[in-house]
Amino acid sequence: MTASADTLGPPRTSVGVLGWLKKNLFSTWYNTLLTFVTLWFLWVVGSGLISWSLTSARWDVIAANWRLFMVGPFPPDQVWRVWVVVLFVSALFGVSGGVWGGTVRTFTMSLAGGYATLAVIALFVFPVSENLVWLLANLVIVLAAYFLARGRKGLQLWLVGAWLLGFILTILLLQGFVGSTWLPEVSTTQWGGLLLTFMLAIVSIVVSFPLGVLLALGRRSKMPAVKVFSILYIELVRGVPLVTILYMTQIMLPLFLPGELRIDNVLRAIAGMTMFTAAYMAENVRGGLQAIPTGQIEAAQALGLNNALVTLFIVLPQALRMVIPAIVGLFIALFKDTTLATIVALLELLGVARSVLAQPEYLGLQTEVYIFVAAVFFLFSYAMSFASYRLEEALGVGKR
Amino acid sequence: MATDAKEIIICKDVHKWFDRLHVLKGINLTVKQGEVLVIFGPSGSGKSTFIRTINRLEEHQRGTIIVDGMELTNDIRNIHAIRSEIGMVFQSFNLFPHLTVMQNITLAPMWVRHWSQEKAEKIAMDLLARVGIPEQAHKYPAQLSGGQQQRVAIARALAMQPKIMLFDEPTSALDPEMIKEVLDVMLELAKSGMTMLCVTHEMGFARAAADRMVFFDGGQLIEEGTPAQIFSHPQHERTKLFLSQILH
Repeated sequence: MTASADTLGPPRTSVGVLGWLKKNLFSTWYNTLLTFVTLWFLWVVGSGLISWSLTSARWDVIAANWRLFMVGPFPPDQVWRVWVVVLFVSALFGVSGGVWGGTVRTFTMSLAGGYATLAVIALFVFPVSENLVWLLANLVIVLAAYFLARGRKGLQLWLVGAWLLGFILTILLLQGFVGSTWLPEVSTTQWGGLLLTFMLAIVSIVVSFPLGVLLALGRRSKMPAVKVFSILYIELVRGVPLVTILYMTQIMLPLFLPGELRIDNVLRAIAGMTMFTAAYMAENVRGGLQAIPTGQIEAAQALGLNNALVTLFIVLPQALRMVIPAIVGLFIALFKDTTLATIVALLELLGVARSVLAQPEYLGLQTEVYIFVAAVFFLFSYAMSFASYRLEEALGVGKR
Repeated sequence: MATDAKEIIICKDVHKWFDRLHVLKGINLTVKQGEVLVIFGPSGSGKSTFIRTINRLEEHQRGTIIVDGMELTNDIRNIHAIRSEIGMVFQSFNLFPHLTVMQNITLAPMWVRHWSQEKAEKIAMDLLARVGIPEQAHKYPAQLSGGQQQRVAIARALAMQPKIMLFDEPTSALDPEMIKEVLDVMLELAKSGMTMLCVTHEMGFARAAADRMVFFDGGQLIEEGTPAQIFSHPQHERTKLFLSQILH
């Protein structure tokens, strides 16, 4: 019996692992040769790196300075506050993963996996410590929140509110209050490490996004004053390196302000980064705005929608959807650019790394420390990139 | 159509320039309530530009246009008020790709008319049933065929309960087998008493539905008359020539 043409399967050598290998690695004699040369090269480099990292690398520098890397000079007896914040974020992630599912669930599960991995490492590195307890508590709460909230779509709106509220609570909890015994003030100059990196990046991202959208709209505005201001701002800020802006906000801003008004160091760095990112954001968003066909705007106007509604419901959603990759690229760049805050004496992750390396007992351990810092940055940058791909898929970019 | 119906669109000596190009050269036209008008003519004759001046997607630079008693000027409130009384269907559909069919239809009623979501959705479902695609309500435009998209566009315009409908070559971008489904909807709408201005080359539709036909050429209104007059005794040479070219 012969199969009819419409039920014929594909040839065996074109599907599956074997098919893939043949097609991609061994299709011709020179491809075969290239495959083996590449494998040999990977082996030479990779085996050297692996054997170094398992035998001669001194990873104890990371373990011994773990608290510094994570929170910098935050008072050790107050670190429980940071843990409470992490616990709260874990709970929110758990609930979010349960309510929304999909990609958010992937992130929730990755977070749980991360806690478990860290807990295992902690078990070997610092056998009895409160870190292990906190990590396990986080693991439990993220999973518990996930299973409790699974499938409860009604919580969505509450959840958005809880994230926003959490943001404010985080700042209050970390900063504390002057004169309080329970929550003594921890000024931002004592924030550091990954904690400070996150604070710089998250606040700058959250504030620069709406600013950038407004500037982009302003640049296309028909009102001359708004338009000129937007163009001047964007072009001026884009014409100056971020380092210069950081110096300006750190050193020159206090000169212009009255003496009794002292703006917090961290806040000044955040202001600089936000200003800088907003200008680039504006240009990215403008690219999206220009790509909207005039027919879309005419159709909306013909329905009687006024300009504000046309922008809000028709232009912006389509424009922003189109520029997600560019926007996320900008956020990743900003996340990494927080390292520039070291030059204005803020001890974020890279700053901590340099201060650790300056201690006599850890001299010469640059490789270990910088590999660790790079790995941390890569982990979170990749998470953002992954989230953006999944967001594009969910919104059907390029498909509808 | 009753002959004593009120005049809902009055155009007097309407001129329009694109930079230095004179595209409308003094159009005088009056449309009565409930009238179905078919505007035809060669491409570049200004017929699309003309119907776009009626809801001010194009601004006219001389003459007056009065729609439902309101004169079209730069007064932005007037423009929004008039636009919400006029539905428009475009050649390229212009559905909003990021919204579902239902959201496309309910957006303007909810935000311009301030209807509740339930009311807007109920009317949207009725309209989708009327144009024959109630089962597509929760799909995105890109998931529909061209003919279905154009029917959604008609439903979207009708959801505002307009007094006038403008059709700008609604079937020109469609595959031949989908033209009929759109024309059927338009025909049904014409019979229901809607005031319609249709720029189209579908002469079958004109014969069946039009009360009056208007021939445009070179930015001028050359000839007008009932379909019977236009098809059997066109007066003007250019009308004869154009009809001989499209009726074969």
